[in-house]
Amino acid sequence: MTFRLPDDESEKPDLKRRDFLRSGAAVAVITLAPGVTLTAFGGSEAEAGAADAGKRWGLLIDASRCDPDCNACVTACSQENGWEDTGKPETDAQWIRKVTLKDKATGRESSLPVMCQHCEEPPCVDVCPTGASFKRADGIVLVDKHICIGCRYCMMACPYKARSFIHEPIVNQKSWAPRGKGTVESCTLCVHRVDTGRIPACVEACAATGNKAIIFGDLKDPESEISRRLAEYPSLALRADLDLNPGVRYTNL
Amino acid sequence: MFRLLLIFALALGPAGVVTAEDHGEPISKMLPQLPPATGEPHPEGNEFWRKKHMELLSHDRNLTVREGEREIQASLKECFVCHQAKDENGTPVSADDPRNFCRVCHDFVGIKVDCFVCHRSTPDGVDEAAQRAGGEDRADMVRDGPDLEELFAYLDGLTSPEMAQTEGIGE
Ligand code: HEC
Ligand code: HEC
Ligand code: HEC
Repeated sequence: MTFRLPDDESEKPDLKRRDFLRSGAAVAVITLAPGVTLTAFGGSEAEAGAADAGKRWGLLIDASRCDPDCNACVTACSQENGWEDTGKPETDAQWIRKVTLKDKATGRESSLPVMCQHCEEPPCVDVCPTGASFKRADGIVLVDKHICIGCRYCMMACPYKARSFIHEPIVNQKSWAPRGKGTVESCTLCVHRVDTGRIPACVEACAATGNKAIIFGDLKDPESEISRRLAEYPSLALRADLDLNPGVRYTNL
Repeated sequence: MFRLLLIFALALGPAGVVTAEDHGEPISKMLPQLPPATGEPHPEGNEFWRKKHMELLSHDRNLTVREGEREIQASLKECFVCHQAKDENGTPVSADDPRNFCRVCHDFVGIKVDCFVCHRSTPDGVDEAAQRAGGEDRADMVRDGPDLEELFAYLDGLTSPEMAQTEGIGE
């Protein structure tokens, strides 16, 4: 990546403040140093209402702000949606996981959450034989569990290993996140929250830790925080070579 | 509005037969006895809901899942806000218990829905795990079902030489 520069930790606090104070005006500073900060998610990007084709919901994840020792987004997701670690990593559901990337040449490590990337061209949707795997008008990729037959083609098609299969009977689900044996599931971008004007649980939890590494917003609205960030600073899509145009983007990887 | 009233009026008659509207003695112990509901009754009437709830549910679930429409008429999680059957301790019972609102009728007509593999059948916060652990297997639909011994005896009888002979005559 051409924009990847040495990560100077000592630069960060200052940058944070300046970036915060001058908001969008700090472009020059930011392109020189990679500790670019993403400001807190201000206000609610999501407005209550049904899936709107005029919007495309997405996430922007700043790896430089993601603390390797922090798991708040994962915990929040699991609590919100009622999936849990039962100590069986091969079969446990993982809607979101923390991944550590290491640049073999330099030894630099970065930590980042990876979840369903909500692709514009989702391979999981292409392969689904029943139409259960689908993309909402607002870009959120979901499993309609009512017609999922549990064939797991989508799990194989997904280059991000974002989907899980439920192997065992489940009890005490959340009323807003029904889950059951024999079907596939993945990050829903907290669709039940988004539809009622709230932000996804991981974004909220990350902001609460003060790291503010995840921004949620409408990629189709050029004025949204996320779109402005994307327009100003370099970002990348995981497995960009696949041309899936994911709705989840990363900076400072 | 007039039509709604008409439907409602029509529904009132037959609805009384099966439901909690009869606060006194049940008309027949053979008919399912639904737990009393709270809240506003359905404007379309009980008759309509008895007949149409399955269609309404599958129609409206698509609205929510596919279109993101959350203000739906037949929301499965909402059913249990008003339709709660409670156990001796006052805890709402889940679909693992034959007293559960949906099961009372479904057991009666011998159908089984898979909704509660995924969905809760009690309001959030009720411990359904305790009920599942203590209760019977979900597959065991009809609690006071037919005496299987009798059925097996009958089936055994079919394969006995005596029966085979009777069948032979019929041919
Ligand atoms: C706001 C409260 C409320 C909600 C929510 C609600 N109901 Fe009802 N329902 C009632 C009331 C009150 C009655 C009338 C009960 C009576 O007549 O004693 C009723 C009656 C019914 C009946 C007819 C029962 C009979 O006695 O014949 C059916 C079937 C029914 N509801 C199904 C549902 C289903 C399915 C849902 C969820 C999609 C639902 N209801 C949600 C309040 C509610
Ligand atoms: C008043 C009695 C009654 C109540 C209460 C009731 N049902 Fe039903 N339900 C029926 C009957 C009868 C059928 C079968 C209709 C038929 O034969 O097609 C049925 C069928 C269904 C079906 C379609 C099943 C299939 O295999 O096609 C669904 C889904 C369903 N009910 C959901 C529910 C849910 C969920 C509840 C509880 C919230 C509920 N019902 C409560 C009487 C009831
Ligand atoms: C394999 C899992 C699964 C099964 C089985 C299942 N559902 Fe769902 N259902 C879901 C999920 C997931 C949602 C989406 C919840 C959300 O986004 O809030 C949902 C949403 C719904 C909704 C809209 C949300 C609400 O309750 O207001 C309805 C209505 C619904 N389902 C009805 C049914 C009925 C009726 C059945 C049984 C015939 C059923 N579902 C079986 C997983 C399931």
